[in-house]
Order: sequence, then structure tokens, then C-alpha cells
Amino acid sequence: MTLIKTTYNRRSFLKSSALAGGGMMLSFSWLASCKPSPEQIKSLPKEWFDINGFLKIADNGLVTIMSPNPEIGQNIKTAMPMIVAEELDTAWEDVIVEQAPLNTDIFTRQLAGGSQSIRQGWESLRMAGATARHMLIAAAAEAWQVPAEEITTDAGVLSHKASDKSAGYGEMASAAANIPIPEEVALKDINDFKIIGTDRKNVDGPKIVSGKPLFGLDIHEEGMLIAMIVHPPAFGMTYKSMDAETVKSMPGIKDVFPIEVYPEEVEKQWSDGGGIPQLVAIVGETTWQCMQAKKALAVEWEETSKPESSAYHEEALTKLLNTTPQAPAREDGDVKKAFKNAAKVIERTYSAPFLAHNTMEPMNFFANVTSDKAELKGPIQTPEFLEKTLASRLDMPLEKIDIMMTRMGGGFGRRLYGHFGVEAAVISQKMQAPIKLVYTREDDMTQGTYRPAYKVRYKAGLDENGKLIAWHVRGAGANDDLVFENRFPAGAVDNYLAEKHRLDSNVTTGAWRAPRSNFIAGAEQSFLDEVAELAEKDPIEFRLELFERAIANPVGDPEKNDYDPERYAGVLKLVKEKSGWNSGSNDNSMRGVSAYFCHNSYVAQVLDIEMEANTPTVKKVWCAVDCGIVINPLSGRNQIEGGIIDGIGHATYSQMTFKDGKPEQENFDKYQLIRQQQAPKEIETFYVDNGINPTGLGEPSLPPIMGALANALYKATGRRHYSQPYATDKQVVG
Amino acid sequence: MANFTLKVNGKTQQLEVDPTTPVLWVLRDHLKLVGTKYGCGIAQCGACTVHLNDNAVRSCQLPISAVGEQEITTIEGLSENGDHPVQKAWIEEDVYQCGYCQAGQIMNASAFLKKNPNPTDAEIETAMNGNICRCGTYTRIKKAIKKAASTENA
Repeated sequence: MTLIKTTYNRRSFLKSSALAGGGMMLSFSWLASCKPSPEQIKSLPKEWFDINGFLKIADNGLVTIMSPNPEIGQNIKTAMPMIVAEELDTAWEDVIVEQAPLNTDIFTRQLAGGSQSIRQGWESLRMAGATARHMLIAAAAEAWQVPAEEITTDAGVLSHKASDKSAGYGEMASAAANIPIPEEVALKDINDFKIIGTDRKNVDGPKIVSGKPLFGLDIHEEGMLIAMIVHPPAFGMTYKSMDAETVKSMPGIKDVFPIEVYPEEVEKQWSDGGGIPQLVAIVGETTWQCMQAKKALAVEWEETSKPESSAYHEEALTKLLNTTPQAPAREDGDVKKAFKNAAKVIERTYSAPFLAHNTMEPMNFFANVTSDKAELKGPIQTPEFLEKTLASRLDMPLEKIDIMMTRMGGGFGRRLYGHFGVEAAVISQKMQAPIKLVYTREDDMTQGTYRPAYKVRYKAGLDENGKLIAWHVRGAGANDDLVFENRFPAGAVDNYLAEKHRLDSNVTTGAWRAPRSNFIAGAEQSFLDEVAELAEKDPIEFRLELFERAIANPVGDPEKNDYDPERYAGVLKLVKEKSGWNSGSNDNSMRGVSAYFCHNSYVAQVLDIEMEANTPTVKKVWCAVDCGIVINPLSGRNQIEGGIIDGIGHATYSQMTFKDGKPEQENFDKYQLIRQQQAPKEIETFYVDNGINPTGLGEPSLPPIMGALANALYKATGRRHYSQPYATDKQVVG
Repeated sequence: MANFTLKVNGKTQQLEVDPTTPVLWVLRDHLKLVGTKYGCGIAQCGACTVHLNDNAVRSCQLPISAVGEQEITTIEGLSENGDHPVQKAWIEEDVYQCGYCQAGQIMNASAFLKKNPNPTDAEIETAMNGNICRCGTYTRIKKAIKKAASTENA
């Protein structure tokens, strides 16, 4: 058992109790819409009692738990409440989950990004559940006049053995709500977990399969108008003028006007990202009417900076790779000398295009801005930052802005950048009406905020025994500098040099699922495969030797290396065992291996290819994961499988190219995403069970798979791939 | 503008709308049936799949004027209590991540299984190839379809 100090702002509890007055209504509507079975609901509760901002308990023992963070498909809406329920020690069947609105008085870091929700929410979620349990015990101790230490809990029932007394949480909820919040609470021993570590189905499942309104795009409010935007057709252009008169008279169209989303005086947040400062807005009664008006509208644009094409990006990134930066990002030993003395040297260059996020639900947001209040609802990964920008843009105090996060039809980093929320607010303010801003697929795909185009060059030197003695990495990216200088193999090679460049581009870029790692992991792991081959060593043994070096005698300050070589080696050994690597019948002729650490989690993968009619098919992927304690193994596996399929898909098929600043892919007819026939036939996941505090799973399985795939493709086809997407890779050697 | 009489999920509805309006937007904007999703508008992603009589169609490319007497079924009308064998299998396999494409996947899968109750893996893959899942739940979708097929035939 661990004792932790509670860190609640006690005033916020009173506030949250006052705010949560409508809880009863909310819960009734949930019960009505979900039609739970009679055994699920026991009976309808008469009263709810606020225990703390995270949860309330009904007189019949039902518990409503708020899920604080935005849900983008990573399933924290199930996992975060599981943590609260665990420490509360209630039965999961008695839990109702609700999405919390943005409320910085109660919750911290209401953000979906960096695979951090579980890692950073771990302690506060446990504390919320444990505090409530403590208060229920204190209430029972008072009612029964017995020592609190003698009271035990299990599945929502309080018991006192000596006096043979017991009561459900519901019976003590009223009294518990009046117990002072304890200064410190005891947390469960992780070996006593009953909910954490068990498979729990997605709490929104029944609503998803029956088409209930869950997403921002599904919002409909009385008097609501539809709004669309027209943005510049190319990067490097801005709004000049338009003739909107004929379009304004089209059926259902209410108004057409230019909007200044970000006037100079607005205090922007990082999350405003590549928001386009000036747009044209079209407002009408229905989506189809707005779409027709959008097609008919003639807007003139003017150039503000030189339009860029893909050929230019390719050339400019190559030029940077051929330039020595002013200072290295990290240098250990004497790389120059080591290469000179090396028995074998190998150098390869890898590249990848810009990528769009392409969430299946295009960008959208609901806004109702009046003179004294702004109400916003929609899909946003960064509600707190959106609120700050809105306060500045609308010149309104934070308290007058309400933001509700809807379930998101995908995030992948795209909805970290909430310019569309600001656009919706500005349009609503101008129209003095509630509006729902809707991006078309084409608006969404051509807006920007892309995964940057990247290029990286690796050079490795081996001694006469095939030992890696020198490593040089130099990377460059559009608006991004790509290289993580303190990641593996830093610390495992005596002579190590990492360098990075950034190419300024007017094509806007942003975080895309596992930023930087989503390219460099595949490049690094493909290169390591080739280096191991040159060293005439098994690719897993070659990597393990490096980890052993980093464990026994790390190069440089071990604190600087931002990975744990033992955990890294651990996942590699696990996947080796589970995949039967090198075990007789399979001679590894068609398999590739890869391992990577990012977002605080470790992943190793083995991928098997079969050639069917000269086409490589991914038959099976084995995936070993070390993310510490796994909250919900079922949804964790789903994330891992999704990351693998996403990684294979983007490495093989997807790209965003430009001609004179104009995106050449505008919809799914030209922008290829992985489909059912191309997906792996089977994925099997294995978790390392080590009891370490949990880290994230939303991103870590994606980056390494690009390397495992490239390495397996080499075994299957004899060709190494240096340029993504692999399906169109014509480059013979890097 | 023109008057239309539509049969949606067993209910007859009258509405006045531009005849070029795709069924997708009639459902979403006019009838407030938002379970059918907009993904691409060009019949490439399958998020807007509904049944026209018993056939899976892309509602984003189907103008209301082309519907005539044919019956439309949306995800909301696939079953009364969300308990169609395909819906049940989806819950059983915990298929979804973000969930946005899944109504289209379920509508396509249920129409497919009606025509081919005992599909092979390859037949499932071909039938489902028009439905994009950006989260990558393809292996689970396939498992759920197989489960639905086996329970329906049990």
C-alpha cells in the first residue's frame, strides 16, 4: 500500500459540487439512450451524491465517473475511469462513464497527445478513486461506531467483520459527501488490482454500433446554421477579393464573407499551428447548399511567398544533408577517426513525403457566440489552449467560454491544432447565430498541418569483428529537425555523431501520430538491418549486443540517454521467443525485425511476408510491448494493432505531393490509405509484465513497423526500400 | 426544390428538398439521422453506406431523386435495439477505435452477409475493401464478420 498526499484544490470541490447539479438529468438520459439490461441498472437511482469532481455515487450504488481527457479513439474514455473505479473499489458493472467538459478547476492536462493521458493521469485518477473510498469508509465508521481501519471494501460494498455489518456504497454516499477530504490517502497495492489489467469493452460500443450522435459533426441545435470555409488553393497564397453577390442569392445561403481568423493582435497558442489567418466563410441552411455555393464561388488569391513543389522539397532536403551543420546535436568519441580505421563502412539515405492526417471525421466545430458568452462543442485534442486563444480573439474572459469535447472521429495529432474552433467562433460571432462549421474532405486534406517531409542519412563503421564502432546520423525535415540525438544507438557506440537541419517551408506542418519517430524509426531500423548483414550477424543478436554494451558500460552520461537498454532488450527478447525467431523450420527467409522506443514505451516487432502471385502479403506480425502496467489489455491490443496497420499503410501507400504550392491529392481517389485487403492477416501482441507505472500506447507500435516491413520486404523480394511510400519507390540504392 | 416521399427505416417521410441533394445529407440534415457518416463525398471511403432495399450503397453519391419507391435502411434502423448479429459481433470483438467509420462498415458487412452467409476470408476482404478505417481495425472487422456469420448460421 502506498500513501500519497492528496493535491486537490479544496475550493474546487465545492465548486464542482455546485456545477454538477445537473448530474441526475445527464445520467437519466444516458440510461434512456443506452437501454441497459435490468440487471445492469438494478433500479433507477433517486439521488446522486457528489463525492469529488471525478465521481458521484447514487443512492442505489451506481457510480458516475467523469473521463477528463478528450477521446480520439485511443479509448481512454474506458481506461481512465477504470483507474478511478479500481481505487474506489467498486464493481465495473455499476459504473457509468461521462465525458467531462473542459474544467481546469478540477482536472489537469485535459489533452490528448503524446500518448500521455494514462501516464500523466495515473496518479490523479488513482487519488480520485482512493479519496472517495476513504470518505465512504469514514462515513461507515461513523455510522457503525467502529474503527475505520477495520472496515474493508469490495465491489462497492463496505463491511465490518467483527460486528457483522455491511452496506453498499449507495447507502453511505450521502454521509460520505459530507466527510472532509482527507489530507492523505492510501492507494492499493498493484497486486490487489481487480479492474486494472482486465479486458473491459469500450464504454461507447453500444452507441457506436447503433449510430447514436457522438461526434462533433453530429451536433444539431435549434436555429443552427451550417458554415463552410474556402481557403487558399496553394501554400504561399492569401485572400485578395471575391464576387459573392450571385452566390449569396443561391438557395439557403445566408451570407458569404471574408474572415480574419487571426488578426495581428491575437495572442496565439502553439495549438493554433498552421491556422490560415484569412479565409472566406459561407453560411447557409444545409450542408448540401453550402457545398453548392462553395463550388460556385469565385475567389481571387494573391501570392505572399514562393510556391513550393515536391521536387523543390526533395532538392532542398538533399542539399541540407550535404551540408555540415554549425554544431552537432551530440558527439561522443572521435567519429572521423573511427570511420578511417573501420574495416567496413556503409552509408544509406532514407526519405519520406509529407502526409495528411486524414481523420475520417473531417474538421468541424459548433459555436454559439453571443455578446456575453461563447459556447463551443466539437472534436478538439487541446481544449485548454483553444479556450485561451478564444479569450484573446473574442476579447472575453475564460469564465465566459465553455468548451465541450465530443468523441472524435480520429485525431492522429490533427486536432491538436484547433484553428477550426476559432474559425467557428468568429463565424458565429459575425452571424449572431449558432453555427456548425464543416470542412469538406477536400478542405481537410488540403488545409496543411502535415507530417513533414523528411530525409536522413546514416553512416556506420564496423571493425574487423563486425562490431559497430562508429555511427553518424544527419537528418532534415520541413519545419522540423527530425533527429533524437539521445535515443538509441546513442550510448551504445563509442564514436557517435548526431546532426540535424531544418528546412523552412511555407507548407504548414504539425504533429502526426508519433512525430519524427513515424519516419526515423523505420529508417534507423532498416539501416541497422543492413549493418547487421554487413557484420554477418543475426539482426536480433546484433541489436542485443548493442543493448548489452549500453547496459554494462554506456557511452557518455547515462542520464542523457533517454531510453532504458534493459527494457529495450527485454521486448526484443520477448518477440524473439514468441515469433520463434531462428527456430529450425523457419529460416527467417521472409521475416523482418524491428525495435523502437518512443513516448516512454518499448516495442519490438517481427513481421512475416508471404508472396502471393508476386505480391507481398503481410501474413503475421508479432509485437512485444513494454508500457509498464497495462490498464485495459483489450483496448491496448486494439491500439497496437491499429498502429501497426497505420504504419504499414502509410509507409507503403500514402503521400502528399505539391505542384506550385498546390496539394496534388485532395481526396481518397488520389490519396491512398491502407484498406482491408492490404492489412496484415494476423497480429499477436505480448505485454511485458513488470509492474512499472503505466506509459502510453497510442503511438509506440506505429514507428517500428515501418522498419520490420522494409526488412521483411528485402528478404521476400531482395530489394531494400529507401524511400516511402514503398509501393512507388523507384530508388535503387540510397 | 421538389417534394419527395421517402421510406426510411420503415417510416414514410415527406420532405421538400433540392432533387440533387445526396441521400447522405437528406438523412443527416433533414431527417436528423446522423449515424450515417460523411467521409469523402465521392464514394471512396464507405462511411456513408446505407441499404437501398437490401443492397449496400454509398449515400453520398445517391441523389434523393434516384431513390423512388426503394426502401432506405440506415444504421439506426438495422435493428430495433442494436442487436443485429453484426452489431452484436462488433461489440463482442470490441472492433472500434474512434468509431466514426463503423456504421458504414456494419452496413456494408450486414448487406454482404445477407448475400453470402458463409464467406471465406478472401471474400470478406474483397467485400470490405471499399470501407476505409483510418484507425486500422481491419483485423477485428474481419473477425467480427466471421463471428456474425457463425452465429447466424448456428
